[in-house]
Amino acid sequence: MKGHRYLPLTEQDRREMLEAIGVTSIDDLFADIPEEVRFKGSLNLPPALSELELVRHMKELAGANATVNDYACFMGAGAYDHFIPTVVDAVLSRGEFYSAYTPYQPEVSQGTLQTIYEYQTLICELTSMDIAQASMYDGATALAEAALMACVVTRRPRIIMAESIHPEYLEVIRTYTQGRHLELVTVGTQGGRVDLEALERTVDKQTACVLLQTPNFFGLLEDGPKVGEVAHKAGALFVVCTDPISLGVLKPPGEYGADIVVGEGQPLGNPLSFGGPYLGFFAAREKFMRRMPGRMIAMTEDNRGQRGFVMALQTREQHIRREKATSNICTNEALCALAACVYLCAMGRQGFRQVAELCLQKAHYAAERISGLEGFELAFEGPFFKEFTVKCPLPADQVVKDLLSHRILAGVPLGRFFPEMRNHLLVCVTEKRTKEEIDHLVRRLEGLA
Amino acid sequence: MTYPRDLRYTKDHEWIKAEDSRGRIGLTNYAQDQLGDIVFVELPEVGRELERGEVFGVVESVKAVSDCYSPASGKVVEVNEKLLDEPELINKDPHGEGWMIVIELSDPAELDQLMDAEAYEKHLEEQMQ
Amino acid sequence: MKVVEPLIFEMSAPGRQAHSLPECDVPARPLDELLPAGMLRESPANLPEVSEVDLVRHFTRLSQLNHGVDTGFYPLGSCTMKYNPKVNEWVARLEGFVDLHPYMPEELVQGALKLLYDMERYLCEIGGLARVSMQPAAGAHGEATGLLIIRAYHQHRGQGHRKKIIIPDSAHGTNPASTTMCGYRTVEVKSDERGGVDLKDLERTLDDEVAGLMLTNPNTLGLFDENIHVISKMVHEAGGLLYYDGANANAVLGISRPADCGFDVVHFNLHKTFGTPHGGGGPGSGPVGVIEELVPYLPVPLVEYDGSRYYLNYDLPHSIGRMRSFYGNFNVVVKAYAYIRALGPEGLRRVSEDAVLNANYLMAKLKEYYWLPYDRICKHEFVLSGKRQKDRYGVRTMDIAKRLLDFGYHPPTVYFPLIVDEALMIEPTETESKETLDGFIDAMIQIAREAEEEPEKLHQAPHRTPVGRLDEVRASRFPNLRYRREE
Repeated sequence: MKGHRYLPLTEQDRREMLEAIGVTSIDDLFADIPEEVRFKGSLNLPPALSELELVRHMKELAGANATVNDYACFMGAGAYDHFIPTVVDAVLSRGEFYSAYTPYQPEVSQGTLQTIYEYQTLICELTSMDIAQASMYDGATALAEAALMACVVTRRPRIIMAESIHPEYLEVIRTYTQGRHLELVTVGTQGGRVDLEALERTVDKQTACVLLQTPNFFGLLEDGPKVGEVAHKAGALFVVCTDPISLGVLKPPGEYGADIVVGEGQPLGNPLSFGGPYLGFFAAREKFMRRMPGRMIAMTEDNRGQRGFVMALQTREQHIRREKATSNICTNEALCALAACVYLCAMGRQGFRQVAELCLQKAHYAAERISGLEGFELAFEGPFFKEFTVKCPLPADQVVKDLLSHRILAGVPLGRFFPEMRNHLLVCVTEKRTKEEIDHLVRRLEGLA
Repeated sequence: MTYPRDLRYTKDHEWIKAEDSRGRIGLTNYAQDQLGDIVFVELPEVGRELERGEVFGVVESVKAVSDCYSPASGKVVEVNEKLLDEPELINKDPHGEGWMIVIELSDPAELDQLMDAEAYEKHLEEQMQ
Repeated sequence: MKVVEPLIFEMSAPGRQAHSLPECDVPARPLDELLPAGMLRESPANLPEVSEVDLVRHFTRLSQLNHGVDTGFYPLGSCTMKYNPKVNEWVARLEGFVDLHPYMPEELVQGALKLLYDMERYLCEIGGLARVSMQPAAGAHGEATGLLIIRAYHQHRGQGHRKKIIIPDSAHGTNPASTTMCGYRTVEVKSDERGGVDLKDLERTLDDEVAGLMLTNPNTLGLFDENIHVISKMVHEAGGLLYYDGANANAVLGISRPADCGFDVVHFNLHKTFGTPHGGGGPGSGPVGVIEELVPYLPVPLVEYDGSRYYLNYDLPHSIGRMRSFYGNFNVVVKAYAYIRALGPEGLRRVSEDAVLNANYLMAKLKEYYWLPYDRICKHEFVLSGKRQKDRYGVRTMDIAKRLLDFGYHPPTVYFPLIVDEALMIEPTETESKETLDGFIDAMIQIAREAEEEPEKLHQAPHRTPVGRLDEVRASRFPNLRYRREE
């Protein structure tokens, strides 16, 4: 084999090194691998590409995709097309950040540690909670881990989930709880929101937690304070899953009794990336500090009298407590959390609120225009933030398909999640959508009816 | 070091001191030394019934964590709440102010099966080797 | 306390901004007309207000406090801190990969689906597997996925009573933690004097309750288990399955395939073996692959090709379900895909050969100065012990690690695996030159000498890092986990 740009050893180096080891060939270094489990021959993989060829090939693959920028994108449902300031990627592109490992050696990891501490603080500020950890894989796994944590804290086996939670999140909770002696109960909806009466009937002394998403999967805002009250009356924890952008205008869950607040952090400075990598944020009340899953960073002092940051409360984690750890999570989504951190700092107090208000105003403008169209109506009446469900006069799949030719991604058809909602389209309007794009969508929908 | 003669010891490095029908329980000096600076202590609720050998609490240092096993059976009648704010008491005075719980002994004879100070010291020596 | 770099909150001043947003171009209405007043936030979240230039400088300065692969040697055992090729970062930022909504109609994202499909074939070939799911977001996530697959398999065969997972005493902490998470009980099996699984002890653990065995091979001592085919036979005869923790796959690319060794479920760490960056702790990607018999249990969805188009298949009635939303850490997979394409089959084999050569070279040069508990040819990493320095000079492995920082090296993994006293686990990877290795060897030798002659220098180390040793006791006793503005 010729030389390779990622492999610095020369033939001369290899000879010298083999000699220093006291063997004669590379094969000698693999003599411990039994003959019967050795791979014979060459892997059946495409041959190596030069950098030039690689770039050409990758551009071809990328070019075989349409992007949300080629369309007016009204798709949401857990992944959102928000504006990302250029400073975010400028910071993320620094090799000192992205080529570092988990900050196990704090003396040479203060950059990572301090940014996570800042991130934790920002999440606390958004949610009005006491503490936050360094990140989970995504919103769905954060919610699943919150449910598991609630069962440990309360020593109760029953998890009650509102059916208005993102169906993929509910699936993840079902997967995560397999093999544990836990009971999952879903409570149905009434007008697109969790059925409060049914909820009240269901919550009991065996209930570890009530899981609520608000804004929920259909875009509607749930009655958080009421659900919290129902949970607390039975001694259960109240877990809220939320869209962080919505907290620019909405009352934070910490102000209406949430014990744990989680959510998908992607809207905070992370691109859509076909579904990942994203990050789950996870915040809680202080009393649950030692039950939290994953990493937490704390401020402390060094032996020179300087302020510094370290990984704290590590005895909760898998590398120390092993089978008794609060979670098995090790690698998390640190760089995505850094993106969220830079994003929130770039937006700042005013800008962040402005983003949320733009979403709110534009979504309501769009909803009003669409619901004024013959044959189209809002499926549900309740208050919403940036997403709403439209009932169409034809299958939503068809709507999306027809509007593609007009360079519009009209929304997410709900039939894929709920067969009885074939005509329902979940429409999302972020700050990136212009009035012109919204009007264009409305005109084209009108043409379908 | 020499260990207090009025205490009884377990192989897991807990001590118990007979106080009439009750037993005061803590971690030995050896245990606290092995753990290092203790940062957190978890104690049981008063009223809990403990079997001999059952986990009654957890002590944590920065990089280690250890379950504490009850040297005898009985009902928890007192816990050392001072430890919640000052876990370092276990490091400073393991056999005194660093006590963890007091139980009402269900069978005081159980204590006879534990090591006395001399036996415990010998046990430690063996463990070192 | 002296401040190395202020917190972003301490730089904030009302009215400063780093953002610019367009004006609202739709007719704006009062918020309380749009939403019930009780649902509105009373005052904006307390986010910092800083200018763009100050923001950039803050994060740039913070980055400079980090050690990364881009700044220096990073021989952190079991973490495979190899060079992260720049071209992978560049191609992963192509609009056609980044700006894709996961629910876009499949005909619009054929390139992305093709990439996932082809990547799956590559990993199948490398592992000797039938199918692979890209869904798991990290190694531990892959472990949980794999264990749930094992569980589903046993349940499906009416063997639901199998509750034990056997794990060697040298295993990563994630293994037992994942086991618990999946409702299994961990049974530890001892290592023998050569560092492999002790077959006698394994025999003891095998019974009708065994669901499987989790193994890293080469293991965390950097040693290939020479009895792997025997272990496989024993576990399978007891009715259990074999799980391959791919944390150390960097040693065996094109040399030995997990499925050929008898493993039934395998996860790979794309952020270790396939060159994607660790990001200061993530994102990673932990694809899980299985042999034919276990394909029905893989998470949904799988990517399929019908001869003309790629599509997502959700129709897997025996699937364990979903492990996360959407399809996995797609953008990480893009980088790993580019890595495999850049190396090709010969290149990948050369990766493992050089990784193993580098590790053995370091081991040969250092074993005179530090105790080597398992003295045999290693694979991609090896474990030294600082026991000699501890016993003779009172210098702990932690001191040696901290002193290495002064030489500009990231220390090896320390105090792991747990079965080696004062462990130093060294993994150089294949992307380091002989000169880099020689520099590290010199530093380690000098430190061994210092331990003997001036131990105090080691106790006080590091001396040249941005901050010194940090008070971890204080951080865990009274954790300050967030900044609070002074009233």
